[in-house]
Amino acid sequence: MSFSQNLLPLHFVLIGHVDHGKSSLIGRLLHDVDALPHGKKTAMEEMCKRRGVAFQWAFLMDALQAERDQGVTIDSAWIRFNSHDREYILIDAPGHERFVRNMITGAERADAALLAIDAQEGLQEQSFRHGFLLHLMGVRQLGVVVNKMDLVGYDNARFDALVKEIRNYFERLDVEPVAIIPVSAVEGDNIIRCSSNMPWYKGASVLEALQSFQARGEAIDLPLRLPIQDVYRNDTQRILVGRIESGQMRIGEELLFSPSNQAATLASIESYPAENIRQAQAGQCVGITLKEKIFIERGELVSHPQNPPMESDVFRARIFWLAQAPLCAGDICELRVANSRITADIENIEWVVDPASLQRSKADRLQANEIGEIIVRARAILSFDPFDANANTGRFVLARDKQIQGGGTISMQGYADRRASLTRRATNITREPHHVNIDERAKRIGHKSGVLWFTGLSGAGKSTLALTLERRLFEKGFQAFVLDGDNLRYGLNADLGFSPEDRVENIRRAFEVAGLFSRAGMLVITAFISPYASDRARAREVIGGGFREIHIHADIEICKQRDPKGLYEKARTGEIEEFTGISAPYEIPKNPDLTIDTAANNIEECIEKLFSYIDAEFRL
Amino acid sequence: MNRLDRLESQSIYILREAVATIDNVAMLWSLGKDSNTMIRIAQKAFFGRIPFPLLHVDTGKKFPEMYAFREEYAEKWNINLLRQECPDISETDEDLPPAARSAARKSLGLKAALATHGFRGLIVGIRRDEEATRAKERVFSPRGSFGEWQPREQPPEFWNQYATDPPPGAHIRVHPLLHWTERDIWAYIQREDIPVVALYFARGGKRYRSLGDMDITRPIDSAAATIEEILEELAQTRQAERAGRLMDHESEDAFERLRVDGYM
Repeated sequence: MSFSQNLLPLHFVLIGHVDHGKSSLIGRLLHDVDALPHGKKTAMEEMCKRRGVAFQWAFLMDALQAERDQGVTIDSAWIRFNSHDREYILIDAPGHERFVRNMITGAERADAALLAIDAQEGLQEQSFRHGFLLHLMGVRQLGVVVNKMDLVGYDNARFDALVKEIRNYFERLDVEPVAIIPVSAVEGDNIIRCSSNMPWYKGASVLEALQSFQARGEAIDLPLRLPIQDVYRNDTQRILVGRIESGQMRIGEELLFSPSNQAATLASIESYPAENIRQAQAGQCVGITLKEKIFIERGELVSHPQNPPMESDVFRARIFWLAQAPLCAGDICELRVANSRITADIENIEWVVDPASLQRSKADRLQANEIGEIIVRARAILSFDPFDANANTGRFVLARDKQIQGGGTISMQGYADRRASLTRRATNITREPHHVNIDERAKRIGHKSGVLWFTGLSGAGKSTLALTLERRLFEKGFQAFVLDGDNLRYGLNADLGFSPEDRVENIRRAFEVAGLFSRAGMLVITAFISPYASDRARAREVIGGGFREIHIHADIEICKQRDPKGLYEKARTGEIEEFTGISAPYEIPKNPDLTIDTAANNIEECIEKLFSYIDAEFRL
Repeated sequence: MNRLDRLESQSIYILREAVATIDNVAMLWSLGKDSNTMIRIAQKAFFGRIPFPLLHVDTGKKFPEMYAFREEYAEKWNINLLRQECPDISETDEDLPPAARSAARKSLGLKAALATHGFRGLIVGIRRDEEATRAKERVFSPRGSFGEWQPREQPPEFWNQYATDPPPGAHIRVHPLLHWTERDIWAYIQREDIPVVALYFARGGKRYRSLGDMDITRPIDSAAATIEEILEELAQTRQAERAGRLMDHESEDAFERLRVDGYM
């Protein structure tokens, strides 16, 4: 048997519902491709005789004493065999419900999957769950083995009905099985060659299906991503180490480090023993040095400046949950993305999916082995890619009590890339100090300046209250001015739309302008939906002590009824995309300075509350 | 990347991850081909300066050639070597068969070293293809405070995210060679020109395929006197690598019991 050092082995995972005959299938496959050690089958047959049990193919697989006692496969194991000059690594994943974590552990390295289904029982709970998990983990090459055909009399009609069921299901996941193969592991039908028991089947055998699968190569063609794993210091240099997850790099190129947003030139690629290495590419573990001295830690993500990763502290994620204790909205976890670890809050559980029907339903928690979608909010900005753009830097795990309890893939649907708003482009600028200070201005005007930042859903009453309040304050001797969202979009923000990035920029300009008015001594009232908590936090940071976050609150159902601009109706019909509260998120303020409930109070009552608050807070 | 480059890269990643995430790690050096391979990979991972000690758990019953090898290369490779003696066989579990009892001395020696040095991570050169229970191992494999392994309670391990935090008193076994095969090891030894004990090469029709204590290790029939010939032999053989290690074969579950109790 020849053995090529250059041919990549094919890793494939065998999955399926408990008792659908996976272990028998493996035993039979290994026997038929002549991969069992000499005497293994005979020894097992003798052991069965000694114990007075009938020989089963599955016994060949059962190495652990405990497995034989309990009769279920416990953990994923690797089994290697060669066939036709190619090496196969079969990752045996268990079907028992408690052990989805082992199936995940097995499936993560898989290039392809075989799903075993019992011809009598058809698709069962675990077949669906495993199939859906594979899809979530990005395994797209699938073969389906309909086992135990001998027990349904090799019936063509039964097989055809199952094929229909299987194709229907995977079509909805956008996965097309390369083959659906009728098999009897016990009798050896269609394992490595076609069976005379099923002359009606003209398709591939199990071995032929395996031969058609491709091994995954390295992601050389994607943009450069190098997560920094560690920094080694010696007498003369600092070496940054990590594995290149995608793309390639060359000496002399400019590199961008995120999320610290520092740039530096790649000076050298280190090796031991020392060689003159000019470039490196995906899959390699490298050590690099930089020309400029910058401070870099584990967790930074290296890219080229023209193709950076996204930056955000909030994202949407599809996750599978593995721990017995459920994951609930409001829980705190450690989020691990590539080499970075950061505390994160589970902001919301959006839905949980039933793997069989693919129906989504509302839930406030994810139980063990459930799959759902959540919103994750990290305590700091981090760098990553959406999973669809780059799988290696677009996935994460969640840990609690230092244990990995779940994993997921990142989507930025409805959320903004923060890179633009975090990056100051101009350099060589210095602040010029004014010769009139803020206290002098307040003394002349008679009140302190500040920004009353109204936030709330469209239709909650922000603009109405802001404009009424402006009049009331004017009459009472305050210098007040309203910055209204729509008004600004006529001029200053006329170039912006409603994408997440544009919303962020819209708010950034608004709080910068509000800050200027405030420094001029005015009391500014703003009326923007401002749906993202991080934007409001940045507004507070930029504006400083005079900032007040005021939540103008009304239930979404009431806002829909009011719908003063007819926007909810347009969102409902799909005329407007990304509408807050409908198809884009609104993040409710956690600790607003004041909440005004416009459903429980009429306009006059609301204005009274606002005025007395302002009078107490800002009048000198 | 070719097959060996991929394997090497993966092992470098694991070694660096162990150093980055676990305080106080050590690497086991059994003086055999696999741990010599691991040392070479560690030299590459850390640019010639291995940042942890190498621990030889010494049963006192290794072949003289192995002790000579240890003295020679500990110096040549500038290794920070810790030697741990093993307790007498009378201190091992009486229920185990004789060869397994002899091997169990090593588990006890290892526990003593863990207690003395307080290691939180132990880098060990086991491979999945050696033996059925090792096939089920994790790359980062938590051990209890008595060194015990719970194969049924292993943590999930995926996307290069590992169980890096042992509870107080416990430790993590780190397995950088888990996904290598015996042939990969020999092909890498050939490519990198890694020194190994001469006992691996045939003399008088016999060679050692796996090296343990003198009294419980047997050579196999072989004419393979060079690495090329060993690779040739491995391509043909249907014998298990550890066929000459007596403790694996005394009873159906002897090796599993050893491993659950903390053996490598």
